[in-house]
Amino acid sequence: MTTKKSLASLALCAILAAPLSAADPGVVKIGAIFAVTGPNANLGTPEARTLQMRVDEANRSGGIAGKKVELILKDSQGSTEKAVSFAKQLIEEDDVLAIIGPSTSGESMKLKGLCNDAETILVSCAAAETIVNPVARWVFKVAPMDSFAAQMIFATMQGMGIRRIGVLCSNSGFGQGGKAQLLKLAPGAGITIAVAEDYDKDATDLTGVLTKIKGQNVQAVVNWSTEPAQSIVLKNIRQLGFDVPVFQSHGFGNLAYAAAAGKAAEGTIFPCGRILAAEVLPAGHPQKKLLVSYRNAYIAQFNEEPSTFGGHAWDAFGIIAEAVSKVGTDKNKVRDFIETLSGFVGTAGIFNFSPADHNGLTMDAFEMLTVKNGRFVPLR
Amino acid sequence: MGADQILQYLLSGITTGSVYAIVGIGFNIIYSSTGIINFAQGEFLMLGGMISVSLSHSMPLAAAIAAAVIMTGLIGVLLQRLFISWLKNPAVLRMIIITIGLSILVREASLHIWDEKVHALPFWTGSETSSLAVLGARISPQVLWVLGVSALMVGALTLFFRHTLTGKAMRACASNATAARLCGIRTSSLVTLSFFIAAAMGGLAGCVVSPLTQTQYDMGTSLAVKGFTCAVLGGLGNVTGAVAAGLLVGVLEAASISVLPLAYKDVVALAIMLCILFFRPEGLFGGRAAAPAGVR
Repeated sequence: MTTKKSLASLALCAILAAPLSAADPGVVKIGAIFAVTGPNANLGTPEARTLQMRVDEANRSGGIAGKKVELILKDSQGSTEKAVSFAKQLIEEDDVLAIIGPSTSGESMKLKGLCNDAETILVSCAAAETIVNPVARWVFKVAPMDSFAAQMIFATMQGMGIRRIGVLCSNSGFGQGGKAQLLKLAPGAGITIAVAEDYDKDATDLTGVLTKIKGQNVQAVVNWSTEPAQSIVLKNIRQLGFDVPVFQSHGFGNLAYAAAAGKAAEGTIFPCGRILAAEVLPAGHPQKKLLVSYRNAYIAQFNEEPSTFGGHAWDAFGIIAEAVSKVGTDKNKVRDFIETLSGFVGTAGIFNFSPADHNGLTMDAFEMLTVKNGRFVPLR
Repeated sequence: MGADQILQYLLSGITTGSVYAIVGIGFNIIYSSTGIINFAQGEFLMLGGMISVSLSHSMPLAAAIAAAVIMTGLIGVLLQRLFISWLKNPAVLRMIIITIGLSILVREASLHIWDEKVHALPFWTGSETSSLAVLGARISPQVLWVLGVSALMVGALTLFFRHTLTGKAMRACASNATAARLCGIRTSSLVTLSFFIAAAMGGLAGCVVSPLTQTQYDMGTSLAVKGFTCAVLGGLGNVTGAVAAGLLVGVLEAASISVLPLAYKDVVALAIMLCILFFRPEGLFGGRAAAPAGVR
């Protein structure tokens, strides 16, 4: 009898205590896990910088709906093990409202189940379709899908009369996700993949495998990775005197890669978010104002061009901030709000979330860009 | 497969192998004179590349490279003086742990001094897109630079270790430090000198491979693993052996790519290496005694 009573009161205590411990009413606690250093630093650094910039900006103007934002930022160095342990720490010790990141698909896939079980919102900044397909109740993503990128690439190839291609991917989650989409979508687009190869993400020379692809009489090469190898592919291909169009994934959306490949980057074709073409968008475009102001703020603070990756952090924070300003800091309410959010203008596109679509973007998020005189310009 | 494609595989193997070879040389210099295997050797390459890239914005390429080589050498001296010189007869395991620790230190410091981005020196001749035609196959002129610089290093080191008094004294140090001291050789300054030479040569290697491999703060480890494997395969202490082993591994990898998926490249190369080490543990070109005794 007494045990039952005390058990019941304990349970009552737990129920009462839970919302109290979860929310210090004056603070919005947001965790972030990015690959700020390591081989994927080109993703994580702009993400971390952008997020910090957004948080500072929000706090300077009085926080979100009067609440200060507390950002707990972790550097996973692109390692899935570190990402998992940081996520556990953010969920169990810091009790954050939401986690933004991780930067890479491999890490995001590891956190998908973890955050869903712990009922913590995860807004991934990585590309792989599998992050939101099948949908996990608590997991969202703001980077466009790799399947959209593959479709854009194939559509461009059809326009150029390309029917036979070679594919190169890194052995990362992003590379493998992209390869799966290319292999799946190629038959429908009437394109033959003559050869598809994986390379190590630390690769420093790819002339061997490119020799193999060259021997297959392909009309174009697609490379799918986020690592520095993206520049090495370009150099090696031209050094082999292999004169076909080179397509890259949206992982190429950082001018540093084009700069590292120098002349060899000229003419590279890739799908990318509009941030890289912000200045040349028509004046009436719904994203124009936002993109130009983000770009200017980023350049002013960090003295370098922003990338699409930083934009993902911008969008993730924007979506959470929008939700908190409307429904407060209750996890369930924030989650429900994001799931029905539509018409949200972000850097990656216009987001229309639904219970069946936790990405909310369409193929329209991408623009085909090319490299001309060391700059990114729209492909014509 | 046509003859020109076979030749192209061979040349691509040489391209990869030339990088392994030049990294492998650095391990041998310190080993030859101290018996230490320096796991921070890859970081010297990274430093050489990073410093020269930074300097190349404000001075001609050749001057930037020369300055980077000297500065990397001095950093090698500094590390040896600060962290290694005060140890009396350290055990091999302890030395390995210390050099691994140094490599992490240098890597993290570089991340803060420079950044996380990819940098690359311009190609020494031609550009990213130029290549030389060899009987229908193609090779980047930078590969010839790498091979040339490797050859130069091997030649200079061979002359130094065999024919100069300092070189001979360094070999004596490695064979038996106590006996060397009894003969009046100042072992401590020779160890410092060997770190200078190894770091400077590592720096030069880092400059010459930078256009091909690109340079970023964490490139050292993966390059060092391959370079170390080649140094062991060629016979530790044998610089010519390291170059031959590097080229051999490169060509074997290229051959494996031609018939198997690329993903198996390292498996094939490592399996062959293991076999060689089972049957010739002193390496392909090492002497039977397998003792550190400089260039044979």
